[in-house]
Amino acid sequence: MLYSVIGYYSLILGLCFGLIIIYFSVKNFQNYQLLDNKILSFTFLQFFFVVISFLCLILSFVLSDFSNETVFNNSHTTKPLFYKIAGTWGNHEGSLLLWLFVLTLFILIFLLRSKKQPTKYKILTLVFQQMIIIGFFVFLIKTSNPFNFLYPTPEEGLGLNPILQDPALAIHPPILYLGYVGTSIIFSSALAATSLNIINKSWASHIKKWVLISWIFLTLGILLGSIWAYYELGWGGFWFWDPVENVSLMPWLALTTLLHCILVLEKKLILTSWVIILSIATFTLSMCGTFLVRSGILNSVHTFANDPERGLFILIFLFCLIFLSLLIFFFFHKNNKNNFTSLFWLSKETSIIVNNWFMMYFLSVVLIGTVYPIFLDVLSSQKISVGPPFYHKLIIPFLIPFLLMMAVGPKLKWIKSNLKDKFYLIILLAISILLSFLIVKNFDTKFLLNTILISSSMYLFFITLRDFFIKIHNNISQNIAHFGFSLLILSILFNNLFSTEIIANLKVGETFQSENTKIVFESINQEKEKNYQSIIGNFSIHNSKGKIENMLPELRIYNQPNIVTSEADIKTTLMSDKFIVINLVQNQDYFNIRYQVKPFMIWIWLSVVLISFGGLMSFIKKEHEK
Amino acid sequence: MYGRKVKLRFLFVVIILITLILSVFLVLKSLEENVIYFQSPSEINALTEIDKKKIRVGGMVKKNSISINAKEIKFIITDFKNEINVIYTGAVPNLFEEEKGVVAEGFLKDRNFFFATKILAKHDENYMPPEVKKAIEEN
Repeated sequence: MLYSVIGYYSLILGLCFGLIIIYFSVKNFQNYQLLDNKILSFTFLQFFFVVISFLCLILSFVLSDFSNETVFNNSHTTKPLFYKIAGTWGNHEGSLLLWLFVLTLFILIFLLRSKKQPTKYKILTLVFQQMIIIGFFVFLIKTSNPFNFLYPTPEEGLGLNPILQDPALAIHPPILYLGYVGTSIIFSSALAATSLNIINKSWASHIKKWVLISWIFLTLGILLGSIWAYYELGWGGFWFWDPVENVSLMPWLALTTLLHCILVLEKKLILTSWVIILSIATFTLSMCGTFLVRSGILNSVHTFANDPERGLFILIFLFCLIFLSLLIFFFFHKNNKNNFTSLFWLSKETSIIVNNWFMMYFLSVVLIGTVYPIFLDVLSSQKISVGPPFYHKLIIPFLIPFLLMMAVGPKLKWIKSNLKDKFYLIILLAISILLSFLIVKNFDTKFLLNTILISSSMYLFFITLRDFFIKIHNNISQNIAHFGFSLLILSILFNNLFSTEIIANLKVGETFQSENTKIVFESINQEKEKNYQSIIGNFSIHNSKGKIENMLPELRIYNQPNIVTSEADIKTTLMSDKFIVINLVQNQDYFNIRYQVKPFMIWIWLSVVLISFGGLMSFIKKEHEK
Repeated sequence: MYGRKVKLRFLFVVIILITLILSVFLVLKSLEENVIYFQSPSEINALTEIDKKKIRVGGMVKKNSISINAKEIKFIITDFKNEINVIYTGAVPNLFEEEKGVVAEGFLKDRNFFFATKILAKHDENYMPPEVKKAIEEN
């Protein structure tokens, strides 16, 4: 009760500070020397109030204060403390407050870290950022206030959706938001730099750090979501081309493209307009993602509530931001004329640009696949969905030149290059083709495509591996990230090619026999936990070599809300994952069983970690040099 | 006639245009082939011919309609006006229950039988897929 009041008024105060900052900045824009410290302290105060508000919400959750509507809707007294806290951002209102928290945190860090930048630029960035922050404040207070009162106070809360009660999902939103919100800094800063016409090499190296940070967190955030979906949703896959996944992939693709363009800009001062457009696009896509998952348009775990008002608000807000940024882009941006003249076809920048085009193509495919059903629904009220084959068909063939470009591109020099003395490039290509031919030759389906795909990713794999040890060029971060990417594609390919699956309905005591696997359903045990009851199936899996493995998948029946979830049992080794999940069919004594052997599963996760580690290396290196 | 630069730039623009047109064409074609339409039991009942394409059927699982054996799960999807028999081999999601909303993906055998290849998971007990909600509201 008390905390809700404090939290609510802190939010209002935070909003007021946002308005004050804008007022002061605009009024005293010319007299900026005077502003410097004042603005910093105002921003700090704003951040402080958001923190207070956020802490109040966490406290309300911890104390199970059901007079707060958000707490009532999403918490329960029997929930473990960890999930009470994590439940704070496991709902619409709380997650928006978290978003606001990261927004204000980042702008504060931005002001503290860019002391050397021109003051005008800093202030303008702050103004743009405050526009976004105020937008979110108004959105939060008006349509999704986390501190609404309930009277009379209910005895017990409704509880958190059990599939969200999971460690990976507890940290997934904060990490992902750090990535999403990081793009807002890039957006504001790009707009500020455009208005002042200071898009130059030093701006590029300054903003590169922010691009890297957002990129690292976005990558990790997507990874966490993917790992969670793998073991919690029970489908045994890591990517489903579900619209919710796509909306996080789109900003990632844009951000990755931006990261590479910034590198070119930093070295050569070309592609300036492209960088600005990408900065705008990245943030817009992040916002679009929020809009889509928050408006109830998409069917997913992120759809906390179907409130058209919220969707409309974000949509209008989004349009204002896009309109503003395009206005600034067209009025202020002066393109330096000699953009294309110095481009030679065989150079590092050409290869980066070509791969940029590929990325943009991937991005548009994902965008069309995600948005088309929504448009069709609005236009003709016809309900459709776009399945994985659409994405696979359009993306996979283009991965081949993309991978080859990734392998060869970094070998090229800036401006003009030639490929003499690169005997090993051809040798490695031959080895990759031979190896993949040997691997794929036992498969009939899509023989040619698979061979070419595996060889091109192996090519990248070998080349980056060789560079890592020989260290011809010292760009180790790029080397690690590209190596990680080749590992990712290879693991995904092998995983797809060699996965096996058995689905059967079994009663306790029954046995399922397939060609080379025998599944025996030995028994079930029941256990009672604090907020759920668990049914644990005891299975023994006999493979063709006579090896027996025991697996214990679990069903959890949560008390509040009354929902059944499956907890898969996964045995992970370096070579493959064994995955088993059970489900009880209503009123029947049969259990529905899904058993999968998924090769190289762990390498998919590890390679993504490697990719973001590459980003981290680059970030640290930058810090170190300065 | 024209300088080398102009020619190069012209070539560049042409290449970009061609790739753009090609990729738009590719995307549209693939979209046409891989789109899955959603239909309610009533809409299926009104069909004049059975399409071989993959579709989604949504509605409520009829009470007491689930039956299961070692291989298959059978149940009935209803929109309270018409219903359709579903035969399914595969894993069922946690929230697959009688008198709850469901979306099944698969192929029609005829107007009364549907072979499902996938049953879509929902994540929230209170949540009903918009398609299902609409299909039920319409009746």
